[in-house]
Amino acid sequence: MLIKKPGDIRYSEVTPKAVYFDRRKFLAALPAAFLAGRELLSPSARAGAAGKFPTLAKSPFSTTEKENSLTDVAHYNNFYEFGTAKDEPFQLARNFKTYPWTVSVEGEVAKPRKFSIDEILKLAPLEERIYRHRCVEAWSIVVPWAGYSLSALLAQVQPTPKARFVAFQSYYNPSEMPAAQHAGIEFPYVEGLRLDEAMHPLALLCVGMYGDALPPQDGAPVRMILPWKYGFKSIKSIVKIRLVEKMPPNTWNTMQPMEYGFYSNVNPNVDHPRWTQSSERRLGELRRRPTLMFNGYADQVASLYTGMDLKKNF
Amino acid sequence: MPRRRWAKLVVFPLCLSPACWLAWRAWNSNLTPNPIEYITHFTGDWTIRMIVATLAVTPLRRILHLPGLIRFRRMIGLFAFFYGCLHFATWFGLDKFFDMHEILGDFVKRRFIIAGLVAFLGMLPLAITSTAGWVRRMGGRRWQALHRLIYLSAASAVVHYYWLVKSDIRLPALYGSLVGLLLLYRLVWWLWNRRAAPAVP
Repeated sequence: MLIKKPGDIRYSEVTPKAVYFDRRKFLAALPAAFLAGRELLSPSARAGAAGKFPTLAKSPFSTTEKENSLTDVAHYNNFYEFGTAKDEPFQLARNFKTYPWTVSVEGEVAKPRKFSIDEILKLAPLEERIYRHRCVEAWSIVVPWAGYSLSALLAQVQPTPKARFVAFQSYYNPSEMPAAQHAGIEFPYVEGLRLDEAMHPLALLCVGMYGDALPPQDGAPVRMILPWKYGFKSIKSIVKIRLVEKMPPNTWNTMQPMEYGFYSNVNPNVDHPRWTQSSERRLGELRRRPTLMFNGYADQVASLYTGMDLKKNF
Repeated sequence: MPRRRWAKLVVFPLCLSPACWLAWRAWNSNLTPNPIEYITHFTGDWTIRMIVATLAVTPLRRILHLPGLIRFRRMIGLFAFFYGCLHFATWFGLDKFFDMHEILGDFVKRRFIIAGLVAFLGMLPLAITSTAGWVRRMGGRRWQALHRLIYLSAASAVVHYYWLVKSDIRLPALYGSLVGLLLLYRLVWWLWNRRAAPAVP
């Protein structure tokens, strides 16, 4: 005998097949929608005209490669003053006061001077420079920075003939940066360049990214961007620039001289004890891509190093 | 017996929950801007935690007078191997994309890779011989002697981690001291028992 159970689901309640099979798509879209929503609410979003720098001059140095998202760049940082994990700086630097701010430019210069950040912003026309940025840890990003060549600032103070190197120093205040005590490196963070490297037009004095001011975790309010060198050379939150006669120390080199050189030019042929330098992972990509000599800026900067053994001067 | 089964039903999901958490984050494409690095670190962290947990079973049994804890040791040890496999596979497959040239280069050039490999390969015979059948076939003493390899794996895993970090050594130092303490406990126990009763197996 056939016993027919009464149907307790009406056909109108049945999920259509297409919707049913798309449920994963819907779920997968949720985080993206969430991030997009957060982006809209976040004051540092690249909001076109609403950003701090709506009209930036285009630069011939810009790459046409695909930019990384602001979300990626602002949530994946090496800024040891605010923690050694990649996701710590954006949380711990949240209340970092970057205004008012002054940068002292001093040393072997005719006109030593302190620049307020407002003065720095007006010193030269701001350009958008879309650069490749390669970390020594073998990951890379493409970022639209805002700024102008450091040479414009250095011209203001007139380096003397004695000036052969430029020494940079980051802001450091242990009470604002409690995580710094666990970093295992010394602070304030210092970096250095040869004067001709510092005067190279690619060397960017950077005050913004994605059309807006730098977020604290990305080195606000002013930092260096040296696209042909490993990321740690691009010092953040600068308070002092000193022109000097002798090669200045740089933090990672003083910590581990065998691993991090003074020059630290991106070089796929010089291996690092921890990471292969012949390839890198662009954030957002699964497969590694080959690393280019001078991070692809050889045409511009290789002449700075003619006659130098780059394996020795790594 | 029913209580025993109940306890394992708690410990097993507990040990598996980190993997589920990782899968959940992967499903939600929420693995940080550098997913492969995140998976590598996550699985590595859980490998070393499970190794420490495995090493903690024997001292805890004795200190807490809970000999029954022994029944969890194999499971936790196999979970250490499980996370170790995920960690190794992530490096081998996802990070290096089976590029043998790069992988062999890593072996030669990077000491932390060698230490990691020693830790991983040290666990392999232990996972294979983890069954009751293998204990019987080998005999308790020989089986136990072989399984002391976990000490080597634990030490290598700590060294692997220590050599890997750039400057912030807090976590490798933490795991190093935990492993050190657990091994020291065994040494003291062994010395003590040798003096008290030389014939104890």
